[in-house]
Amino acid sequence: MSETIASQPTKGFVDVRNFGLSYPTLEGPVEAVCNASIHVNPGEFVSIVGPSGCGKSTLLNAVAGFLKPSEGDVTLDGEAIDGPSADRGIVFQQYSLFPWKTVKGNVEFGLKMKHLDKSSRDRAARTLLGLAGLTAFENKYPDSLSGGMKQRVGIVRALATGPKVLLLDEPFGALDAQTRVIMQQILTNMWQRLKISVLFVTHDIDEAIFLSDRVYCMTARPGTIKAEIKIPLERPRQQSMMMSSEFLGLRRGLMSLIREESIKAMGGELNDLALDGLSIDLNGQSLADVV
Amino acid sequence: MAQVGVWPYLTRWYLVNRGGLRAVLIGAISLVLFLLAWHLLTIYRVVFFVRFTNVPSPAAVYESLTRAMHDTKFFMHVMLSCRRILFGFALAAIIAVPLGLVMGRFKLVHEILFPVTEILRPIPAIAWVPIAIMLWPTNEQSIVFITFLGAFFPVLVNTLHGMSLVDPVLVRASQCLGAREVSIFREVYFPASLPHIFTGLTVGMGVAWVSLIAAEMISGQFGIGYFTWEAYSLVQYADIALGMICIGILGLGSSALIRGLGRLVMPWNRT
Repeated sequence: MSETIASQPTKGFVDVRNFGLSYPTLEGPVEAVCNASIHVNPGEFVSIVGPSGCGKSTLLNAVAGFLKPSEGDVTLDGEAIDGPSADRGIVFQQYSLFPWKTVKGNVEFGLKMKHLDKSSRDRAARTLLGLAGLTAFENKYPDSLSGGMKQRVGIVRALATGPKVLLLDEPFGALDAQTRVIMQQILTNMWQRLKISVLFVTHDIDEAIFLSDRVYCMTARPGTIKAEIKIPLERPRQQSMMMSSEFLGLRRGLMSLIREESIKAMGGELNDLALDGLSIDLNGQSLADVV
Repeated sequence: MAQVGVWPYLTRWYLVNRGGLRAVLIGAISLVLFLLAWHLLTIYRVVFFVRFTNVPSPAAVYESLTRAMHDTKFFMHVMLSCRRILFGFALAAIIAVPLGLVMGRFKLVHEILFPVTEILRPIPAIAWVPIAIMLWPTNEQSIVFITFLGAFFPVLVNTLHGMSLVDPVLVRASQCLGAREVSIFREVYFPASLPHIFTGLTVGMGVAWVSLIAAEMISGQFGIGYFTWEAYSLVQYADIALGMICIGILGLGSSALIRGLGRLVMPWNRT
């Protein structure tokens, strides 16, 4: 367990420099992401927010090693990333647990790939499952778990191999609002204990502010980094902070940044009329009569 | 304590299994009605578009069965058919499943082999009989070959289908947990395709029986298919029905065996 609970974070420096990704189409190459630079310091919690289709998941997939940059460099602790590996744990929005393995079997998977022997695998998995409050479910198959529980197992599984950085791609996107809030709390608690670098992709502004040390805001396609915002809220974070004026101020700032980009992403068909709806003159008739 | 618990337990058991009990009950009634209809149609020798004049009655078939039970020759026919199914089907599974897995994983293998299998697939196994007789030195081998062909394509096609449906997110997840090609194959592709592989095995088992019986009727000297055809040639009509029912039960049993094996191998799959 010594490798998963590090006292001083020194590893896990993610550096993405002048990243660009384009893919060929019949009309010529299309740029999905262009000249994006981000970094995650060791032990830091960093989020990327942006309108849908802006390439935030592309950026995360590049760090995971699923795709190669067309331009720029992606490095982890100074080494260029070449394909997926166990030093970068990942949690997807779609529950990606192996349905044919029990909860414990899923958590043990990465350790099995590391050729750990059965008893130490067993011990490590039990410790982590205990930490996430999942001991009672260790022999259940994923199909019998709720969405929130599946995602908790997913996080535990990604952490089990002791990765240098944890990548999360809208992990709570499919959960209901209440479960989401609880999962955010659980994630911050685990992050605080493990002191691991985290790169978190989301479109939920509240979630990004509540969880992060820093938030990158991306523009509409082709995605670039529009702004970088430090979140000075103190740790440990509490749910009540979401009502503080500091939080709301940050939220307002990010909101207006994103809103501009979301309108652009929707192709500009939205004008002021559609958004405000104030100046529609119905001549005293109701809308139903007009239509 | 135990006596207090028995009744409530039985009540709960009834509540949980009500649906299943109902199905069993209705199924039993349906079978009895079928037998009754058969009995009446043959006893009164009904002629109404179809002619039941020569069709054996259930009682005649039962009599034939009791005679067959004391006849080692009948068991030899059954055992021989079972052996042919076992060899043909096992061979098909051993070749088609790995082939499907490899074809599903490696594009080049798929591109090379798929056109050939697609042309061979629609040919009914029974159409292979003349070629099979030419190919194989003994009658026994060609019959096993026909059975093999019947089972082969359903297993291959379903394995391929299963491979094409493997969720790429699971593959990515395994890669991020440190899995390499061999492990991904063993730990992700194979178990993810298993439900479809078992669908293929069940279908393949059915087609194997169809092919076997046809082959035995054409070129056999032994086997339950031959027994049935021989009964027709020898005007022992009751034996025809006995052979047919025997084939039905053997087919049912072997399918159930595959399904049971599937449940054993895939405890996570509750469908």
